[in-house]
Amino acid sequence: MFLLAWQIAASLAQSRLLPTVTAVLRAMVQQTISGALPWNLAITLGRVAAAFTVSLLLGSALGIAMGRWRRLDLLLDNAVTVLLNLPALVVIVLIYVWFGLNEIAAIAAVALNKLPTTVVTLREGARALDPGLAEMAQSFHMTRWRTLRHVTLPQLTPYVFAAARSGLALIWKIVLVVELLGRSNGVGFQIQIYFQLFDVTLILAYTLAFIVVVQLIEWAGLQPLERWATRWRR
Amino acid sequence: MAEVILRLRVEGKSFRTDRGDLPVLGSIDLALGAREIVALVGPSGCGKTTLLRIIGGLETDYRGTLDWHGTGMPRIGTVFQEPRLLPWRTVRQNILLAQQTENPDLADDLLRTLDLAPFRDAFPPTLSLGMARRASIARAFAIEPELVLLDEPFVSLDPAMAARSRELLLDAWRARPTAALLVTHDRAEAALLADRVLLLAARPTHVLTEVVVPQALRRSGAAPAQVLISVLGADGGEHAAEPRPAGRG
Repeated sequence: MFLLAWQIAASLAQSRLLPTVTAVLRAMVQQTISGALPWNLAITLGRVAAAFTVSLLLGSALGIAMGRWRRLDLLLDNAVTVLLNLPALVVIVLIYVWFGLNEIAAIAAVALNKLPTTVVTLREGARALDPGLAEMAQSFHMTRWRTLRHVTLPQLTPYVFAAARSGLALIWKIVLVVELLGRSNGVGFQIQIYFQLFDVTLILAYTLAFIVVVQLIEWAGLQPLERWATRWRR
Repeated sequence: MAEVILRLRVEGKSFRTDRGDLPVLGSIDLALGAREIVALVGPSGCGKTTLLRIIGGLETDYRGTLDWHGTGMPRIGTVFQEPRLLPWRTVRQNILLAQQTENPDLADDLLRTLDLAPFRDAFPPTLSLGMARRASIARAFAIEPELVLLDEPFVSLDPAMAARSRELLLDAWRARPTAALLVTHDRAEAALLADRVLLLAARPTHVLTEVVVPQALRRSGAAPAQVLISVLGADGGEHAAEPRPAGRG
């Protein structure tokens, strides 16, 4: 429906600012054949994956630790609140200024923007751990590893998925800004170039390709994984 | 009493509250023999569960001593008041997880004994409370325990389900006799299942009366009311038959 409305509106408008769906699809195919689209998409996806992994691992560890140890929570709570409220652009610019326009700084800037939301989500998860199940594990003399794997982590799974899904949505957006500001490749950089050339067709071609990939990861990756991990709830 | 496996001497136990220390347990001397079932009966909130937690090693902040006779702390299978099954693991997986070394044959055998075989691959959220409680009992017996701690295992079940669950518990116990401590506020249930019944008085908790269930009535399958009156007397135990000094092991 949306695509049909777009096509009709673009046909009626006959403007460079609103290309037709077919024109955008044609541009996508051309960019795919030339290799530019897959190459830049792969670079962006690589950055997303790296930032996502770093923020999820670090944020989960920190969040769980803060949920379990009150003193650590008191110590870091303010810092987490500040990071939560700091505009993404400020973090990105400062990291580029302090650490240079390089790949590690780019990934760190994205990860740091996502980190506090993961920390807060997992902290809530750690606070909600059922002490009754921990006692059960203790009473049956389960080892720490066995308790962590079979008792603790499954309780945190819904929180990890919540952090992952909201995190991925945030990271997609921030990665493009990071690329636009300080990288020489990736979807964000390409969009900046086509913005300067005022080429809306190619901007939409890259955007559409990006949306397709994001949806594919959601449908074929995260959703089935979440359904499997929480299958006992049905 | 058969060979004594544990002796617990509590001198006192308090919980810290905003208004200061709240004494829960008074002086209690409790001994338990191998393959003996002892029931602790008392009103809600009198500290029965705290006693089980002390014996199970979950509560260490108390005044007193806990001595294990034999080779040290035995394997203890605990049946909590709430089943405390892992909802993301099937009934069978819950049982296997509790075992130090997985023994699927024993797990399956217990599932059959406790009438849970058709539900072995079910996830706990799909079970009724009665089934979940029986799964919890199966888990406790699956570690081949030398002592089973039963914390009101049939509370909140309807009378018919509670009676059926008691029979199945006894089936599991007869197949693998072990020492057991049963906490309940139901005197009839205590008389039906136990060798000895300790009637507890409220806070600070102490043993009011100890009653030995006559051999002929022990787990005899007689009607609960008949057993209760025979064992504890028509007044429900205030002047019980065959009283023994409190704390005798």
